Amino acid sequence: MGLKELFNKLTHKTQPSKDQAPTHWIKCPSCGALSFYKEVLKENNTCPKCGYHFRMSAEDRIKLLADEGSFEEYDKNLEPVDPLHFVDKKSYQKRIQEGYKKTGRKSSAISGECKINGVLTQLVVFDFAFMGGSLSSVEGEKIVRAVNRALNKKTGLVIVSASGGARMQESTFSLMQMAKTSVALSSLAQAKLPYISVLTDPTMGGVSASFAFLGDFIIAEPGAMIGFAGARVIKQTIKEELPEGFQRAEFLLEHGLIDMIVKRDELKTTISDILLFTNTPSK
Amino acid sequence: MLYLDFEKKIEEIQKELEVAKIKNDEAAVALYQKELDSEIKKTYSNLTPYQKLQLARHQDRPHAIDYIDMIMTNKYEIHGDRHFADDKAIIAFMGYIDDQKTIVIAEEKGRGTKDKIYRNFGMPNPEGYRKALRIALLAEKFDIPVLFLIDTPGAFPGIGAEERGQSEAIAKNLFELANLKVPTVSIVIGEGGSGGALAIGVADKIAMMKYSVFSVISPEGCAAILWGDNTKIQTATKALKISAEDLKEEELIDDIIDEPLEGAHRNPQEAANNLKEYYLKTISQLKQLPKDELIQKRYEKYLNYGKYKEE
Repeated sequence: MGLKELFNKLTHKTQPSKDQAPTHWIKCPSCGALSFYKEVLKENNTCPKCGYHFRMSAEDRIKLLADEGSFEEYDKNLEPVDPLHFVDKKSYQKRIQEGYKKTGRKSSAISGECKINGVLTQLVVFDFAFMGGSLSSVEGEKIVRAVNRALNKKTGLVIVSASGGARMQESTFSLMQMAKTSVALSSLAQAKLPYISVLTDPTMGGVSASFAFLGDFIIAEPGAMIGFAGARVIKQTIKEELPEGFQRAEFLLEHGLIDMIVKRDELKTTISDILLFTNTPSK
Repeated sequence: MLYLDFEKKIEEIQKELEVAKIKNDEAAVALYQKELDSEIKKTYSNLTPYQKLQLARHQDRPHAIDYIDMIMTNKYEIHGDRHFADDKAIIAFMGYIDDQKTIVIAEEKGRGTKDKIYRNFGMPNPEGYRKALRIALLAEKFDIPVLFLIDTPGAFPGIGAEERGQSEAIAKNLFELANLKVPTVSIVIGEGGSGGALAIGVADKIAMMKYSVFSVISPEGCAAILWGDNTKIQTATKALKISAEDLKEEELIDDIIDEPLEGAHRNPQEAANNLKEYYLKTISQLKQLPKDELIQKRYEKYLNYGKYKEE
């Protein structure tokens, strides 16, 4: 192994792909500790030293939350159509293909039904690895259908967000998904079925300003970046430095914007407890 | 009156026309008038997407407050979110449009430096969206239709805005306005910037003035992020398809309201008359529907947005 290669391995800032896991080291961006990626995986993608929460794939998230073997995926065959034939530096088609190669999906969200500690629920999970977890027509439709299944089966709904916002390549089609998902969620609210929104790193823009902030319960992971406008845009606009910890989960809790911050290893129990508390007959 | 770069020829002819008028040279006046008409027709029937954006942002374009002045009578401005502040980027009036009781809730950009700063350039903070919602619910309580006028570069990106929950304020409006039990009409009069526009854009009918734009991100922001190049604004504007015509074709809006060929700023009264006529016609249709059907239809409209394939 060349020195350069070794150096790259040691300073790997983002998650390596899993097939490399056994040989890879990963550096924690929070405490700087180097850990075996295997160890990080064992801790649900958190730093074994300081507990920093790395981003995780939708598949890992489902594994974390759904009872083993209980997850049944729905609407897997929904695919984007590039309604505007959008081309920036690359074509939208190409970006979809790249995302597909990376994640095996043509959507930034996986939707399905599962049991969480025995409680039947609808679960939608976003994956930042596919086009920054962006919200487009496909993800909007997946959420609407998940709401409909929740209404039909009288289950709760859990959405785990990890998204930079609305997908620019679908322009106003994406923008309208903010309204579409919010309208669907108001049906769920009228049926008095619980909706738990889990905000993970990052939850921004059009996702933050629609379904992610409409939860009956809003749970964030420690350290997650959450907000409407990106830090860069805010800095440019106000020409000031941003305060320490700005737009982090802890900042949002302090400002009364979320219900709780829950560590990854306690997330599953917290969710099932809330579902039981809200969606079973009261004594 | 400011002429845009693509209006230079129109400006020249206009000047010649004024001179001829002063000279009382009737033959020349007729000639220049004819030339002007034909140049206007030529220029404006072939606008590029970026030129439309320039018109949507034209400094002389009528703002919400101008439309309100032109279409409402016996009106009172009402203020505040009852929690934190009175956001000056969102204005609200109750009054009459002809004899139709109406509450107008609108984004106001301000005109001239001082007023623009006062209005925060039409970029609402969370309290602005909460003010809009509070007043929309007031309209519902007294069974009065609501007219929303959209004109904003976007929701304000600031520290305080984030601290007070910009995301929550916008999301809440999308959620609540879906269920408002009165007929609602939302009209983009200038710039419909992203979630900050949509937050007063959930309505029974969404219309756009002919030279207005509605987009998921500003073309500048899009150019910077997707092209990594701030100068690619024209390219981004074209790619995003944000004009009224494009959005009508994609069925993302219900209607286009006509403007004078040279833009609303050349004849604000004509634009206002068109807007008023559209509003009154639309509201009289919406009022025929029973409330639950009204809301059902609103739901269906929003749930149908989006294009995807199912293999």
